[in-house]
Amino acid sequence: MNAHGQYIAFRAILIKEVLRFTRIWIQTILPPMITTALYFLIFGRLIGSQIGDVHGYHYMQYIVPGLILMAVLTNSYANVVSSFFSAKFQRNIEEMLVSPVPNYLILLGYIGGGLARGLSVGLAVTIVAMLFTPIPLYNLWVAVSVLILTSILFSLGGLINAIYAKNFDHISIVPTFVLTPLTYLGGVFYSVSMLPPLWQNLSLANPILYMVNAFRYGLLGVTDVNLGVAYLAILGFIAALFSFALYLLNRGHGIRS
Amino acid sequence: MLPALSIQHLSKTYKTGVTALHGIDLEVSQGDFFALLGPNGAGKSTTIGIVSSLVNKSSGKVSVFGHDLDTELAAAKACIGLVPQEFNFNVFEPVVEVLVNQAGYYGVPRRLAFERAERYLNQLGLWDKRNEQARNLSGGMKRRLMIARALVHEPRLLILDEPTAGVDIEIRHSMWNFLTEINKAGTTIILTTHYLEEAESLCRNIAIIDHGRIVENTSMRALLSRMDTHTLVLDLQRPLSAAPALPGYAAHWVDDHTLEVEVTRDASINGLFAALSAQDILVGSLRNKTNRLEELFIRLVGNKEDAA
Repeated sequence: MNAHGQYIAFRAILIKEVLRFTRIWIQTILPPMITTALYFLIFGRLIGSQIGDVHGYHYMQYIVPGLILMAVLTNSYANVVSSFFSAKFQRNIEEMLVSPVPNYLILLGYIGGGLARGLSVGLAVTIVAMLFTPIPLYNLWVAVSVLILTSILFSLGGLINAIYAKNFDHISIVPTFVLTPLTYLGGVFYSVSMLPPLWQNLSLANPILYMVNAFRYGLLGVTDVNLGVAYLAILGFIAALFSFALYLLNRGHGIRS
Repeated sequence: MLPALSIQHLSKTYKTGVTALHGIDLEVSQGDFFALLGPNGAGKSTTIGIVSSLVNKSSGKVSVFGHDLDTELAAAKACIGLVPQEFNFNVFEPVVEVLVNQAGYYGVPRRLAFERAERYLNQLGLWDKRNEQARNLSGGMKRRLMIARALVHEPRLLILDEPTAGVDIEIRHSMWNFLTEINKAGTTIILTTHYLEEAESLCRNIAIIDHGRIVENTSMRALLSRMDTHTLVLDLQRPLSAAPALPGYAAHWVDDHTLEVEVTRDASINGLFAALSAQDILVGSLRNKTNRLEELFIRLVGNKEDAA
């Protein structure tokens, strides 16, 4: 397959993935908007007014970056894990496996779908957030790049989860027991500097902390972690998960006999 | 001329330890309409799975139009259109998208993909359903959608794994006509089916696989010519109380209006009718008791079972 053919194949996968989540926007785009609105109402307006400023920002403003990033990463992950597992379950993944489309393009196509949903939800959540509080923009490039890289990273995670999953329970285990706790403990609602030293050190082992803080730096200009370390961690995880996902696809793990 | 499909010493042992294929050899010529038959679990689907790269082989070589699966996988895949046994499209996608997406995976530009989708959906009587979700189609329509999908990138080799399973007779015949036309236009077709009359009427060459081994590989004509006897069922116009004596033929009385007569390869049906007419027995209609290929198939596969 030449380069033009590969471009067409990639575009076909991407269009399929985008149409998939936009067709069911009531399940994919609307719920995170409602959830975020509730977070702002409860944590921002009702409880936040009792907390005061954090790093010089009103509490509601302080939690905006974390909430946006949380929506982006969970939706990127959910999009790929559900789409790829459904394709496995219905066996329509075979449509791609019998075609000459290389595995790395299948991978990129699914990442593209996760990215598209992650960013769509991110945009929707940002609009909801702007109804509650003004959102500053400290560094556009940092904000956009962290958002994109985080979405790519969690899309890859979703794909690996889907490759290993054997039933629908398996695609909800990681989000429920790993992602949600890590996200809530990743500094979405607080600054780690507010924690006792032991918990501060433990928090540094949480990769989501770096993403949340890097994105918070992009919007607010404040961070609990070194930006360089954050980028290095995100890029390192992307490289590792991309290689692993490609290895699994090449081996046909869970998709070929 | 390169064969459309060449299989050499192909073996497959699954992780469970089950050996599905024991070093089979098979060659399908370009332009052929080839039947790959065998009982359930014989190794047909494993063979097709390996050729279409859904199943990893344990050993052996497979090439499609000269493209080795080990060294030129993408080129080999581009030549193949697969209609699997089970429905495997996204049931939530509209019919036309199933085809357009599939074409895209083969590098067919989107506009051309829509044109081809329109052509094949029209030919297979599905154009009116193009915007329906695939799950809303009937069983026969889903089968035809699978064929349209397999053709949308215009493959040189079309592999059909029981394409008419569960399809009513009218649609089955229209699918036969469609496949015959596709084959006449130059597409090589490999067909597996449990409807042996389907294989007999469509295919020129045949391989029978059983317990992972090819037990027969010849032309349909050569195979059928091996039939030494066949049984005709005669519907009589006047009642008969016993089987008549028909020299050179073995006749069995079934009921007062039905006779079964075994006709050997050397005997003629004209001779049979002459003998019946001589005894004033009037025949209203006749038919073969079983499909000829079916009889041979049972003998070939049955013999192996007995030997085992």
